Amino acid sequence: MPEFDLTHALILIVAVMGAGLGLVAYLTLGERKVSAWIQDRVGPNRVGPFGLLQPLADGGKFFLKEEVIPAHVDRIFYVLAPAVGVMTALLALAVVPVGGATPPPDPQPTVAAFDQAQADYRGQFKLVIAPGLDVGVLYVFALGSLAVYGVILAGWSANNKYSLLGALRSSAQIISYEIPLGMAVLGVFLIVGSLNLERIAAWQETHVWWLVFFQPLAALLFMVSAYAEGSRLPFDLPEAEQELVGGFHTEYSSMKLGLLLMTEFIHLITAGFMMSILFLGGWSLFGLESLATDPTVAAVVKAAILIGKMLLYCVFALVVRWTIPRFRFDQLMNLAWKVMIPLGLANVVCVVFALQLGAPLWVLTAASAGLFLGAGVIAVRAAGSITNPKRAVRKLPPGMPAGVGYAGR
Amino acid sequence: MPLTENDVRWVEAPKLGFWDQLYLPAMVDGLKTTLGHMFSKKITEQYPEQEPTLPPNYRGVHRLNRDEAGRVKCVACYMCATACPAHCIDIIAAPAPAEWKDREKYPETFVIDELRCIYCGMCEEACPVDAIELTSLYDLTGASREEMVFDKEKLLSVFDQTTKTDPVRSRAGKLGAASEPPPQ
Repeated sequence: MPEFDLTHALILIVAVMGAGLGLVAYLTLGERKVSAWIQDRVGPNRVGPFGLLQPLADGGKFFLKEEVIPAHVDRIFYVLAPAVGVMTALLALAVVPVGGATPPPDPQPTVAAFDQAQADYRGQFKLVIAPGLDVGVLYVFALGSLAVYGVILAGWSANNKYSLLGALRSSAQIISYEIPLGMAVLGVFLIVGSLNLERIAAWQETHVWWLVFFQPLAALLFMVSAYAEGSRLPFDLPEAEQELVGGFHTEYSSMKLGLLLMTEFIHLITAGFMMSILFLGGWSLFGLESLATDPTVAAVVKAAILIGKMLLYCVFALVVRWTIPRFRFDQLMNLAWKVMIPLGLANVVCVVFALQLGAPLWVLTAASAGLFLGAGVIAVRAAGSITNPKRAVRKLPPGMPAGVGYAGR
Repeated sequence: MPLTENDVRWVEAPKLGFWDQLYLPAMVDGLKTTLGHMFSKKITEQYPEQEPTLPPNYRGVHRLNRDEAGRVKCVACYMCATACPAHCIDIIAAPAPAEWKDREKYPETFVIDELRCIYCGMCEEACPVDAIELTSLYDLTGASREEMVFDKEKLLSVFDQTTKTDPVRSRAGKLGAASEPPPQ
């Protein structure tokens, strides 16, 4: 059990929250710049050199705008909804090990050795706000589930039919995609044997290959589900279509809207950290990170590697946004329930078999590829596709009036 | 007469093959396009550091041309004022000074309301002596409506400023056939 030091914790909280919120601001600029580059444009470049002060201007706009609470809304929930959204999003950053962290020590053979190991662990400084949390990943997923409250409260309190429908669709999407998100990570837990994020990263450091090489299908499922959780394209139907009509953030303006928009980016950052630690090896770069011998330099190098991977994930999210057309809502739900959950289950079964029979982990890579291609084979035999099923059209005799319903058939 | 079944043509969406059902190969193709655009040359023009390249006959602010002797070419024939669809040209003609032997009239005042003008170029096309022309100046601003009503001096000054950038599109120095006195 690591020692709880109030000053350490406070400093880390301020640092992580400050860095996180700063990164959110610059992700808005990054999104605009990357979107512009993909569209052969340049993006904002007037406010500072290369537009680097643009987020300050945007933040200033949100602060200086008039805070309006419309008369027809449910006041308590209206003000509470963005707060709940941001709170759950930021709380998830408490277990993310931002730099190299040693996992809690394993049980030792003698009591003296155990006490010694615990004393050593207690003395180390870890770049995590809540170190040693053995249910690390479960905590993050629980907070992701709580985030649905922000969406539902926002849509409900607005007292607006379209907001409500938008919020219901969005919450249905988020809840549906939580299941494949969890299932994708089950394989990782079984292989590593722990839910502790530090242990998972340390496992990947010791076994040189990252977990994405052993569980590519699970990594793909995780990434797609994380995009759907954050309502990023191609799953942004609740944001996009209803934006024309309503959507759960219709009735919001100024800082409350700013908080709701921040929630989306904080979810993206948290998903990036999760993906980097669970699948992309955390702070390991196939052994290169251990070249630095000085502890401070090593910590900085490891933090840089982890943050670099997280930023790569975010940039990939920004690029994918402009690559794929949007999913229709029924296609979205079909994808979650008919494609990703069966694949996730099959993946878990493969992992269980491989671990029980003591097979080398490369068998899992082959099994993932086999599952993916098998899913393709099954899909080819479906009418239409699995996400877009079509009923066979039965032709009527030529002389009948067109469009006669079931009674005539 | 109502439609029958054989009037209805059923259209099916094309069946997706194996690689299409996997969805990822199509995504990789899309990513190639997207990332290709991300790292290619951008087509944005950074105004005002980079001015746009205007086509040769761009219709901007008007000017009154001078001939080689420095006199205003216009002979106050009212062709431009008649042709103007927005009625923004106001001319008051007067007898030409005695030493200008090759013309009978000259414009005492020549006023164009640049805000009424629709920059169609009909006046330029109508002028028989190539006196009025539209230049390539597009960034015209003024602090009041009165400031944007250009008189003869202002129009001539536009000429003085733009001879280098916009050469006169006419037979330089000569008046057109309509301006010559009829043969005796």
